[in-house]
Amino acid sequence: MLRVAFLIPLLPLAGFVILLLSGRKLGNPLAGWLATIMVAASFVVTVVVFAGLFRLPAGGRSYTQNWFTWISAGHLHVNMGLLVDPLSMTMAAFVTGVSALIHLYSIGYMEHDEDFPKFFLYLNLFVAAMLLLVLANNFLLLFLGWEGVGVCSYFLIGFWFERDTASSAAKKAMIFNRIGDAAFLVALFLIYERTGSLDYHTVFSHLGSVGEPSLVAMGVLLFAGAVGKSAQIPLYPWLADAMEGPTPVSALIHAATMVTAGVYLMCRINPILYRAPDAAHVIAIIGAVTALLGATIACAQNDIKKILAYSTISQLGYMFLAAGIGAYDAAIFLMLTHAFYKALLFLGAGSVIHAMNDDQDVKTMGALARLMPITAVTFFIGWLSIGGLPVFSGFWSKGDVLLNGYGFSPALWVVGALTAVLTAYYLGRAYLLVFRGQQRWVEARKPGDRAGLKPHDPSWVMSVPLIVLGALSAVGGLINLPIHPDLDFLDRWLSPVFASRLFQHHWGLGGVWTFALIDAALALLGVALAVALWGHASERPAFEPVVLQRAWYIDWAYDRFIARPSTEVAIETSSVVEAKGIDGAVNGFAWLVRSTARHLRKVQTGYVRNYALGLAGGLVLVLAYVLTRAS
Amino acid sequence: MTSTFPYLTTLILLPAGAAVVIALIPSAQRRLVQVVGFVASLAVLGIASAATVAFTSGYGGYQFVSSHQWISVFGISWSLGMDGISLFLVLMTGLLFPIALAASGERAADKSFVAWILVLEAGCLGGFLALDLLLFFVFFELTLVPVYFVIAGWGHERRGYAAGKFFLYTLGASAFLFVGILALVAIHASQTGVTTFDVRALTDTHLSGTAGVLLFLGFTAAFAVKMPLFPFHTWSPDAYREAPAAGSLLLAGVMAKLGAYGIIRFDLALFPRAVVTLAPLLLSLGAIGIIYGAIVAAVERDLKRLVAYSSLAHLGFIVIGAFAISREALTGAVLQMVNHGLYTAALFILIALLYKRLGTFSVKEMRGLQRRMPVLAGVFTLVMLASIGVPGLNGFVGEFLILAGTFLTHRWWAVVATAGVVLAAVYLLWAYQQAFQGKPTIEAGAVHDLSWREGLTLAPLVILIVLLGIFPGPLLNRIGPSVTQVVTHVEVVAHQRPPQVGSPGVALRTTGAQR
Repeated sequence: MLRVAFLIPLLPLAGFVILLLSGRKLGNPLAGWLATIMVAASFVVTVVVFAGLFRLPAGGRSYTQNWFTWISAGHLHVNMGLLVDPLSMTMAAFVTGVSALIHLYSIGYMEHDEDFPKFFLYLNLFVAAMLLLVLANNFLLLFLGWEGVGVCSYFLIGFWFERDTASSAAKKAMIFNRIGDAAFLVALFLIYERTGSLDYHTVFSHLGSVGEPSLVAMGVLLFAGAVGKSAQIPLYPWLADAMEGPTPVSALIHAATMVTAGVYLMCRINPILYRAPDAAHVIAIIGAVTALLGATIACAQNDIKKILAYSTISQLGYMFLAAGIGAYDAAIFLMLTHAFYKALLFLGAGSVIHAMNDDQDVKTMGALARLMPITAVTFFIGWLSIGGLPVFSGFWSKGDVLLNGYGFSPALWVVGALTAVLTAYYLGRAYLLVFRGQQRWVEARKPGDRAGLKPHDPSWVMSVPLIVLGALSAVGGLINLPIHPDLDFLDRWLSPVFASRLFQHHWGLGGVWTFALIDAALALLGVALAVALWGHASERPAFEPVVLQRAWYIDWAYDRFIARPSTEVAIETSSVVEAKGIDGAVNGFAWLVRSTARHLRKVQTGYVRNYALGLAGGLVLVLAYVLTRAS
Repeated sequence: MTSTFPYLTTLILLPAGAAVVIALIPSAQRRLVQVVGFVASLAVLGIASAATVAFTSGYGGYQFVSSHQWISVFGISWSLGMDGISLFLVLMTGLLFPIALAASGERAADKSFVAWILVLEAGCLGGFLALDLLLFFVFFELTLVPVYFVIAGWGHERRGYAAGKFFLYTLGASAFLFVGILALVAIHASQTGVTTFDVRALTDTHLSGTAGVLLFLGFTAAFAVKMPLFPFHTWSPDAYREAPAAGSLLLAGVMAKLGAYGIIRFDLALFPRAVVTLAPLLLSLGAIGIIYGAIVAAVERDLKRLVAYSSLAHLGFIVIGAFAISREALTGAVLQMVNHGLYTAALFILIALLYKRLGTFSVKEMRGLQRRMPVLAGVFTLVMLASIGVPGLNGFVGEFLILAGTFLTHRWWAVVATAGVVLAAVYLLWAYQQAFQGKPTIEAGAVHDLSWREGLTLAPLVILIVLLGIFPGPLLNRIGPSVTQVVTHVEVVAHQRPPQVGSPGVALRTTGAQR
């Protein structure tokens, strides 16, 4: 059963190729259905392989499939091949599952777009690249997937390329990612130099002979790559701009899957991080600070997608916090549940945006719950899940992170707990402003009324994903319950990958329950704050300070201190150094020759073809001279 | 190797002969000129392909060697040979010339245009195949004349200035090469009593430190200008800009490689100790070229000049790969010469197609083209991503090998060069945004998308760009043994220890044939 693993990335890739060749002919909606079926089929194959892996004894759950040699030069040898293990299959399962749902949703969401087939072409390519990323058996193939998802993200953020904001956002995302990628590349060079390989297995089995400074450098450089891809401090500003892409893209790429690639990478390199605790600490601290920073900004945004974007940055911070302290299974647990509820929230937001005729400002919404019950209920579940209300999935996964965070360092817990309150608060604000309170939009009085709106729940292709994700968000915690040692399925499933390198603080059942109560209290506090402040009001300037609305002015600082000065440097280089300096010297030399040669005017015809003839003649003369001398 | 067919001599004489034939056709017979020119260039491609098939992989030395005394008193001979380093440059040359003709439209029926292009092909192939230094020099110089006439005759507005600048600049630099060749031969003759221009014999010349450095500088001056290498590049934006599409394509795709090839074939073989001594200088110039080219390209509005500066950056990578003296880096450099030829050719063709439709090279006058020409925009995107070095496409493989190999021997240069990875994204994405995104300014239907004929011209390049990104193996297997020979030679002569990869006991180094 494991042999069919190659089909997992191949099916969406085949979908891409088919759409490339005949997407226009298939048209709307066939192209969308084809893409959806390809991803769904990939999900089915994933389940089959997953089951095959599950049937093996826990110690033997690792299967490598090499296709062919990709690059071989000098001592470097890199294969195209897959690694099937509990970590990669967990990733593949949720990536294909969530992707299939979002593909289905997109058939409805994009139905009026003139580039409908192209959208699904990019989407399928994205899924293929993402699957290569998680299934690769070596760092370089992972990097191929890594760059592949980055390129697809570029295409999809700029999907509505006629909007300047969209094309600029796409470019910005690519460039921020590339900064991280440069660090990633240097890490690969270092790994190759020190271990002679880029294959996971070979690299990890030779770490013992690598010095700690090198290991720290590898860890930090790979983390720098992750910082770009997963939008952490300082490379996060692109993610808010990335919301220019169609909403299903935000749900799939910029919430559920691609941005979690950095977390996956950190979990994958756990043998390196285990030997480089300094690097791991950097990851945990950056993660914690990003979690808090993202949450504060999300409290003051008015664009519903920006709220969710900063929320994603914040949640990813939690995951890095967990990975940095070595609680990899907590990071993966949070990643899974986050994929469910954040995809749900984004799709819900998309449904609202549709209903509002592409308006995204929560301040102009309100009282939509009665008109869009499915959207409202599922969004409500999403809020409670991300907020960490008991029994919802986020309660368990975030609790897992906080629990281990406290065990590692109470300071990390304090930051995480504060973030937890803010999380329950800012999404409560969003929910209440959108679905409750006063109606702040104009209703269409009669058919064809252009100024008015007639909000309603979306068609079934869009509702089904909402409902499925809503259910998963509600009960997703079941895969890993800490309350009984037999119920932590995910931890046990992943344990062969992390082995003894896993950080797990053992509190005993009493400790677990204590923390569960504290978490519940934090979540309720956030919910209570949201209801008290936003239950009946839509404007509270004191709680939306400009500094937070402007995201701590960090984007502004990037522009002011990096983008603009470097543009000026480039302009100066081009117009002064290049034109006047280097080329000036060349032309100056030519001028010097010309003016000293004024005496030789008679031969100075000015036609280079005469010089060419002169060259040929000269060559003949030299040859003749040499010949006569020799004979 | 056992084959008796004179592949290499045919490769040079066929286009040269075809040029003569075309010169004899009356210029009114335009279709005949076009057909003969195109068929001749296809025939060259066929022979180059046959040679590739007949080429023995796994062997690092010269194959198909053909040696005929030419001017025996001076030991000058018609000496040709092909190894893994020249093999794919020859094949790429064979591919790019018919494509250049196909992309030239009506000009491919101009008698003198086609004749000059074929002369250029003979010159380029001769340069890649010559084992005799004087023969190499003759071919190296021979290429100037057709390019001069192609730019001056069929170029854009400032063609006269650009052609003259190109000609004089490269000619001036070649003088150093000529003097260097004569001096090297003289030193060799005084040591052995044998006058020969054969590079294989000259490899054994014993050079003092100073002599080696001076000769190295003389040779490298010519190669550096030809590539071009920073800061000897300023002829190239003008020449690339003013040349017709075929000219820019061949200048950047093929002729630039003559310079890089010269460095690998002659500098590394003849002056290993000087190479090691001066490597930091050359690596620095390469790294500066990468950063500098990208910075200037970032504010360049003219697409052709932008590609010229981007080429400066890309050739910087190749120079770094050549001077890093590691197997990975040199393999990457050779591969990257081919890769750069492919995507740069495609870029110049696409730019020419835009010019044909819009009459401008300036991105300021382009807007929203993706809406009007989706297929052309798609191809442009793919080629752009290859040029940026996105893995899965051909540019990445070479770039990665260069950087990984350089990291082993010259770590910090590799780190600086890696920054070029970021910058390449900046200028190309910016240009793409300007030209292809935004609200279209031209009416629907005012321009047509890629035609079948244009698509067919681009298809081989596009296919190879994808294929070589995923299956570079067939190339790497043939380049590898020759690269190992060259690098081992430098290491042995210059007493360099091969870079250590992996911890002791982990790495089982597999070195090929030792010289």
